[in-house]
Amino acid sequence: MVETILDVRDLRTSFYTDEGEVKAVDGVSFSVPKGKTIGIVGESGSGKSITSLSILRLLASNGKVVGGEVRFKGDNLLAYSEKKMRSLRGNKISMIFQEPMTSLNPVFTVGQQISETLIEHQGMSKKAAMAKSVDLLKLVGIPSPDKRVKQYPYELSGGMRQRVMIAIALACNPEILIADEPTTALDVTIQAQILGLIRDLQQRMGMSVVLITHDLGVVAETCDYVAVMYAGQVVEYSDVRTLFRKPKHPYTVGLLKSLPRPDEDQEKLIPIHGTVPSPLHMPVGCRFNPRCPAATDLCREKLPDLFDDGEGNQVRCWIYNEQWPGEKEVDVFGEERTARC
Amino acid sequence: MTKYIIRRLLQTIPVLIGVSILVFSLMHLIPGDPAQIIAGEGAPEKTVEQIRERLGLNEPIHKQYLNYMSGVVQGDLGNSVRSGRPVVDEIKTRFWVTLELATYATILAVFIGLMAGIISAVRHYTFTDTAIMIVALFGLSMPNFWLGLVLIDWFAIGGDWLPAWAKLRPSGWGDSWRQVVLPVITLGTGGAAIIARMTRSSMLEVIGQDYIRTARAKGLTDRVITYRHALKNALIPVVTVVGLEFGGFLGGAVLTETIFAINGMGRLTVQAINTRDFPIVQGAVLVISVLFVFVNLIVDISYKLLNKRIDLG
Amino acid sequence: MEKKELLVVDGLKQYFPIKGGFLGRTVNHVKAVDDISFTIHEGETVSIVGESGCGKSTTGRAILRLEEPTEGKVVFNGEDLTKLPKGEMRKHRKDLQIIFQDPYASINPRQTVSDVLNEAMEIQKVVPKKERRDRIIELLETVGLNAAQADRYPHEFSGGQRQRIGIARALSVNPKLIICDEAVSALDVSIQAQVLNLLDELQDEYNLTYLFISHDLGVVRHISDRVIVMYVGKIVEIGDKHSIFDNPKHPYTKALLSAIPVPDPDRERNHIVLRGDVPSPIDPPSGCRFHTRCPFAQEKCRVDVPELVRHDGMQEGHEAACHFVEEIERGEVKPKELQVTTF
Repeated sequence: MVETILDVRDLRTSFYTDEGEVKAVDGVSFSVPKGKTIGIVGESGSGKSITSLSILRLLASNGKVVGGEVRFKGDNLLAYSEKKMRSLRGNKISMIFQEPMTSLNPVFTVGQQISETLIEHQGMSKKAAMAKSVDLLKLVGIPSPDKRVKQYPYELSGGMRQRVMIAIALACNPEILIADEPTTALDVTIQAQILGLIRDLQQRMGMSVVLITHDLGVVAETCDYVAVMYAGQVVEYSDVRTLFRKPKHPYTVGLLKSLPRPDEDQEKLIPIHGTVPSPLHMPVGCRFNPRCPAATDLCREKLPDLFDDGEGNQVRCWIYNEQWPGEKEVDVFGEERTARC
Repeated sequence: MTKYIIRRLLQTIPVLIGVSILVFSLMHLIPGDPAQIIAGEGAPEKTVEQIRERLGLNEPIHKQYLNYMSGVVQGDLGNSVRSGRPVVDEIKTRFWVTLELATYATILAVFIGLMAGIISAVRHYTFTDTAIMIVALFGLSMPNFWLGLVLIDWFAIGGDWLPAWAKLRPSGWGDSWRQVVLPVITLGTGGAAIIARMTRSSMLEVIGQDYIRTARAKGLTDRVITYRHALKNALIPVVTVVGLEFGGFLGGAVLTETIFAINGMGRLTVQAINTRDFPIVQGAVLVISVLFVFVNLIVDISYKLLNKRIDLG
Repeated sequence: MEKKELLVVDGLKQYFPIKGGFLGRTVNHVKAVDDISFTIHEGETVSIVGESGCGKSTTGRAILRLEEPTEGKVVFNGEDLTKLPKGEMRKHRKDLQIIFQDPYASINPRQTVSDVLNEAMEIQKVVPKKERRDRIIELLETVGLNAAQADRYPHEFSGGQRQRIGIARALSVNPKLIICDEAVSALDVSIQAQVLNLLDELQDEYNLTYLFISHDLGVVRHISDRVIVMYVGKIVEIGDKHSIFDNPKHPYTKALLSAIPVPDPDRERNHIVLRGDVPSPIDPPSGCRFHTRCPFAQEKCRVDVPELVRHDGMQEGHEAACHFVEEIERGEVKPKELQVTTF
């Protein structure tokens, strides 16, 4: 059994807006084994980015973690003081973001932005930090690093900037790298470079990666474990093979069925009808029930827990619980699933 | 960068020529014959003619302009028609007074404006923020002359704490800083309010940027994030406002100088207009305009220095 | 049976001037589209794929003359659109419609859905006034919305629904060709599938022709009959869907396809890594534009611009612009450094 480095249990995060409390994250649980990559996948509004920001407590001022636990090597980060939390950020747990074009400060050089982290967390001198910055740029595959280190972000392409972001994140040898849609804004050939780089560095440095993405292709190729999110909750957590070979939750099944594949021909896509519910008007019961082809009265009344299948995989669906009132063989988006009952 | 500064300097030349033409022609478009005014009403035609000849006013206008300009580049702005002294001498002493007044007012405006703006932005939507913004709104909407009068009433007449009259020494202000306080506050308050509001909105915009989130994710302290990462970006638009304010203070000193009886450029100009002393008016307006152009130049250059993203080509 | 040619693009160039210098002279050009030619037949779906800056969106806009093309012919139904006076062009707009990535940006937020559709029909005078309401409701039902939604405002709809409104607007004037410029790119997968299926159904029903511009190769594989691959303003490969996806010949097409992450954890995960960034279309590389990143590049590639031709072992209509297609195929030209990654 691999050691768990990060364990998120029943995380809840709310935003307080003029229209009321928005429960953006409302019951998220997953764990990150040491040295592995876990993907958090979901569509827009599923709460996947808020989850990642909640882990590092980087929410905007109107957002607040209202419940749950985030355990990093056993310690609950939600109970940390702000000062203690700060010493962790960019040091033990680092983060990179979706928009490389806007994530770097335009008025500081690349070198200044990398060395800042080193000075803050490792107490390096300015000179030593600058020298280390050059090494880091070399590590992330930037050509002529001693020249680039003196340049400003506007002088770099999107792919280069994302490499700089990675250099900043890796400066202090973090144990966890959280990557929030790191390649979504990049072209596919550049995406391949960046994903390859992350994988390469992960193997060299032994860190764990939390990859937030909407791209199931990226998940299949990069992740060891996957948490699927829908409407602020994790609906399925399993290893990557099980998820793609035998997805359990109807939402996961639907998602895979509606995906146009670059590697094979499909006669017809099977879409999930309807739309994602608004966080201000969540449906009663299972949040997917209005769009689920197998929904029963139980699904419309009571929210299922994350049920464990005994093999480390979890699913938030009544089909896999003894209380399931429907048929034993359930048709889910054209696939058969066997109920637990 | 040097290339940019040189190019920018070259660009000021046509602007300065334009300004001088404008100033020159304004004086000549104003109805009334300067020679007649100088000679006095009812003076014999012969005297007027002599004056005209002496001042070169009988020559064609473009020739007059060229004569004037050839003087200007040699530092000769003509002589005052009232006192007969060179305009340059008349302006020289007054110029430093106004420049000093405007400089102090700018320092005050920047200091108070930045502080208030930053505090407001950092504590946005709190009581402090609202309070600061209400005060700023007052500062903005208060007319200069009214504020000056109120200050005189409170501090000079009512309390006798600070002097209302600023006496002029040839080298500048009076011996005591106390004389400076009221006029500087009067002149600077509006600017402070504008800078405060500008700083606040600029800071708020910057605080919402992705790179601030990056800075937080690096584990930097709030202090470093606010003063290093946010402020440097937020200052870019503020610099322009500060420059404009400084220019505005130079021109706006007229009222303040009048209220506090300060012998600066503003007061000099007003007096010269009243006495139809055209060479003085012309010289004063020209000097202020040139100064304004150079302030703008400095603003542009510092804008570039702060904002490396702008293409320097 | 030979299908009817609906759109023939011939030698299309689109250069955008770059202003600069002291007096704002034109100092250079962005050669966004640089001499491309292709044909679209009636009733088929042709996709243009490529990375940012390859000129795919510019091509779509040039066909509609949203920007005046610099050079070349755009022959639609036998008539060269680039030669038409502005007024005449407006009449032809009803035959060529475009759907954008963000329909919200192109819809007036103060107009209801029915206003939007009404206006489109008004401009093109395709439906008599008194029949329009019925037509609007019919259109909404066609795209999967209902009559009750006709009087709502755009902000009351979700992203997918707005894209349906965009489609309804395009359909309202009975077009022959619809250009879909990243039309489903902003949509979530589950919604994207709904819209893709809708586009499919509409094509069958109204015999529509699509020019589909996208960077998403999964979507392209699903919807296209034929595919055009562009790189820095040029077509590098063209062919039917299966030729492109199963038998790509141009090294760029191969690298592009190999770079896509596939939603299958058991698939072999070797990806060709292209060095560096896409070059700028302001100063595109000489010769073959891909030579700066091509693992097979030879001296000739640096000098000569390759023609788009059919080589041995390629099907009818499958063409690639590469000097060494056959040599690479036979293993005579070997990659200098072929970097492969797994991620």
